[in-house]
Amino acid sequence: MSDTLLKTIFGRLTLESFPIHEPIILGTFIAVMLGGIALVGAITYFKLWKWLWTEWFTSVDHKKVGIMYMVLGTVMLLRGFSDAIMMRAQQAMAFGANEGYLNAHHYDQVFTAHGVIMIFFVAMPFVTGIMNYVVPLQIGARDVSFPFLNNFSFWMTAAGAVIVMASLFVGEFARTGWLAMAPLSGLDYSPDVGVDYYVWALQIAGVGTLLSGVNLIATIVKMRAPGMTMFKMPIFTWSALVTNVLIVAAFPVLTAVLAMLSLDRYVGTHFFTNTGGGNPMMYVNMIWIWGHPEVYILILPLFGVFSEVTSTFSGKRLFGYTSMVYALLVICILAYLVWLHHFFTMGSGASVNSFFGITTMIISIPTGAKIFNWLFTMYKGRIRFELPMMWTVAFMLTFVVGGMTGVLLAVPPADFQLHNSLFLVAHFHNVIIGGVLFGAFAAINYWFPKAFGFKLDPWWGKVSFWSWVVGFWVAFMPLYVLGLMGVTRRLRHFDDPSLQIWFIIAAVGAAMIAVGIAAFLIQIYVSFRDRERLRDWTGDPWDGRSLEWATSSPPPAYNFAFTPVIHDLDAYYDMKSRNAERPLTGFRDIHMPKNTGTGVVLAGLSVAFGLSMIWYMWWLSALSFAGILAVSIFHTFNYDRDFHIHADEVERTEEERTRILANAAAGA
Amino acid sequence: MKNRFLSHRRARQLAPLLAIGAAAMLSGCDMVVLDPAGDVARQQSHLILWSTALMLLIIIPVMALTALFAWKYRAANKDAEYAPDWDHSTGLELVIWAAPLMIVISLGALTWVSTHLLDPYRPLGRLAPGKPLAANDRPLEVQVVSLDWKWLFIYPGQGIATVNELVLPTDRQVRFRMTSSSVMNTFWVPSMAGMIYTMPGMETKLHAVLNKPGRYEGRSANYSGAGFSGMTFWTYAVDDTGFSRWVSQTRAAQARLNDATYLKLEQPSENVQPMRFGGVNADLFRRITQMCVKPGIPCMSDVMSHDMAEPGSHAPVNDRPPVDAPKGALRKDTNEKGSAPHLTAPRGQADGSSERGAQNNRNMTRLQPVRLPGATVTAQG
Repeated sequence: MSDTLLKTIFGRLTLESFPIHEPIILGTFIAVMLGGIALVGAITYFKLWKWLWTEWFTSVDHKKVGIMYMVLGTVMLLRGFSDAIMMRAQQAMAFGANEGYLNAHHYDQVFTAHGVIMIFFVAMPFVTGIMNYVVPLQIGARDVSFPFLNNFSFWMTAAGAVIVMASLFVGEFARTGWLAMAPLSGLDYSPDVGVDYYVWALQIAGVGTLLSGVNLIATIVKMRAPGMTMFKMPIFTWSALVTNVLIVAAFPVLTAVLAMLSLDRYVGTHFFTNTGGGNPMMYVNMIWIWGHPEVYILILPLFGVFSEVTSTFSGKRLFGYTSMVYALLVICILAYLVWLHHFFTMGSGASVNSFFGITTMIISIPTGAKIFNWLFTMYKGRIRFELPMMWTVAFMLTFVVGGMTGVLLAVPPADFQLHNSLFLVAHFHNVIIGGVLFGAFAAINYWFPKAFGFKLDPWWGKVSFWSWVVGFWVAFMPLYVLGLMGVTRRLRHFDDPSLQIWFIIAAVGAAMIAVGIAAFLIQIYVSFRDRERLRDWTGDPWDGRSLEWATSSPPPAYNFAFTPVIHDLDAYYDMKSRNAERPLTGFRDIHMPKNTGTGVVLAGLSVAFGLSMIWYMWWLSALSFAGILAVSIFHTFNYDRDFHIHADEVERTEEERTRILANAAAGA
Repeated sequence: MKNRFLSHRRARQLAPLLAIGAAAMLSGCDMVVLDPAGDVARQQSHLILWSTALMLLIIIPVMALTALFAWKYRAANKDAEYAPDWDHSTGLELVIWAAPLMIVISLGALTWVSTHLLDPYRPLGRLAPGKPLAANDRPLEVQVVSLDWKWLFIYPGQGIATVNELVLPTDRQVRFRMTSSSVMNTFWVPSMAGMIYTMPGMETKLHAVLNKPGRYEGRSANYSGAGFSGMTFWTYAVDDTGFSRWVSQTRAAQARLNDATYLKLEQPSENVQPMRFGGVNADLFRRITQMCVKPGIPCMSDVMSHDMAEPGSHAPVNDRPPVDAPKGALRKDTNEKGSAPHLTAPRGQADGSSERGAQNNRNMTRLQPVRLPGATVTAQG
């Protein structure tokens, strides 16, 4: 076949794009392939395809979509953490004559992939998954406003993850850092596939994130149970609302800036190039106008989680609910007024720098108020130190340190010395691990019994907890020190041997975190194995206060047989203290959305479109794009999109629960 | 008994290890950011310490209260008061909003003043505490260019240039005018002053001084590609006579920095040893900033020369004609698509070029097979 024909069909994909030259990577590649085939084989052998397809992949049930998000986040956590371990190992050994084991070409991909994966495909799926699962239950709804859109959003996020993972074995990933700053990320200086992988993975996943934001806003605004006024909404739902407002306002900026970058790369425009009127500083501005709200998108839902957990496990009303809500709103607005603090060092004038520095500090006021509110929720409480509460206390002690270093970085002249240093790296890991990840683990331990009907094993949970918390401090305190010693981020090799001991300590910390992750996976396995021992029949294992604990664990597909009526902020606590009875008669048919495979198909076509754009296979791009349009239009003619759960089936389900509750009460 | 013996022996084995570790950590703990050699960095370090102290006023009580409440109100402690419905106190709310507000007001004032005082574009107010600048002080000008992956320093007043070696007289104000040849970097000598970006097609400024003679590390602190780790240089602070001696020594160097040498120097290279140039083309920095050193590429200022004649206008930056820009992917012919090998594919000798959009652009990685952790190899370059 002629070269031109090959290039027309395969674009710039050649045999060289596969790791055929390197036995270790080829071995990994083959092992992954065989593993994948074994998995597919096992699913086929146990005839699970139909179950997976009908019960999970095509499900529009917000609970199942939420769980799929959590699974995606956990899988990608393993990938992102492998990158972290590789970096820690490289930096711990690459001193003087020792070049370490990763060359620059490889190492630079590793740190880029670590950042991209941890933010977009670990933290984002975790927070979206938690919001998806919990919000409709907390507000007494049967599902989200747009159930199909929810399924589609999940699959678009998963499609982005697939594209990032593909870069591991076919071609390479970006070597630019996680924000792909121009002009380095432009066609001029990064002509290869790496940045294209980055752009298309984020664009496709971004569609999912944005639509899921729209969906949850509509759900919270329109689908609350009667009586639940805005100021009777559980605090987690409030934080979800604010988060999704931030998502809807911020993510289009990311989409736009990446679209302009891809125009530069694909059409030859000059938005962010060095010449032709382009302005790379504009890229930095725009990506941070998205990027700063993004950090609040990550942390605010977890603030909600900590509020719920503190109140539940202190057996007390949340202290200062109203001020908590206003704090969220203030953070939501200020989140848009601070982006420039990410580049004080780019030469803005002193007044501009001062303005952005001071607005940044002002954010610490509502954040500080929230910390105090959790503190006074614990005050005069009866605190049960179950796992979610342990994670919360660890969060409070860890996060304040990260908050303090964050405010320090907001002082421009101080930032001139700390910008891009390992001090900065320590700071954002301090708030993201100490806030987002600790919060995700608190949430997983808290709501797992709701989702699956049994608690997570506390022993392995504690192993995971202590490994993570101690591991975090051991891994990142040395980085603060190194930052003050003048060491910058993204370095692959060092000359000064006196730094090595700190990197070795940090690597030990990373190893402890590895134990924490392993213990978490074992915790899930052990809990599944011992599920009868850990079973919760009541649906309310923690003496909960909000509505999700009023229904069974796991909840029926329709969540609540009757839409509850809300009289108090702590709706379920209120019901319990008034001895409200579950209604046992008078059930009616329940109108439910029907599963559809369109989300999977559209996401699959998007993967094809993304990969073909990355590899310059224009024919496939045209074909898959036409396919996306055709399937979308076709889906609008799908009128078979709902069904009814009949009253007698609802009655059977509810009678079963009555029986179980009676048994549990008799047993207790 | 046996156990105790064992543990003793283990302790004795561990003791020297621990001692070595502690000694290494203490002796190695050279926190240059907190103990710098220049007045600007010293003021910045004071600011870091003062801000931290201010914030600890609130952080320490919060951490202490967290621990205290977590302990005191644990479920097992039935003596502690339990008020399940207590959820509001106007007085407390006032305190928890006002306390951080007070801290932020003080910190904000400190920020406003210090940011203006330590604005890198602003000429220094003093050389050191109690050492004001002379009224007719003329700062030493150094033009800084970040190249792939080394630093070029041009001393226009002295007519010399160096690569990866910065020599400055002590107690003299230095004005750095900075730009970059390809992508962004930051110019950072932690002992002297905080960092500022160097950006292609643009000029940034930094004013600083070094007070103590010595040798200080300098580097790029903004990731710029494969050779980033080795983009370091030594900064020497010497007294006035030492500086004059060094200038005349450098003037004696054979090499001259003209357009041809610059274009060769601009090609990507890693871990570059210091170089000295005894003469330098006076106009070079302006044309690097306007990205028009290459023959045949028009400077924006030439194209828009009539604008330059306007009073108060400065050299237009960033928008010289894109004559050497690569074609966008969709406009490439089929055979121009190139290929994108996996990172393990052999690529032969490093052949990095500075031609924009070329497949081998800045490709300096000496690709060697991925090595297993622990394998020792000698440094490259």
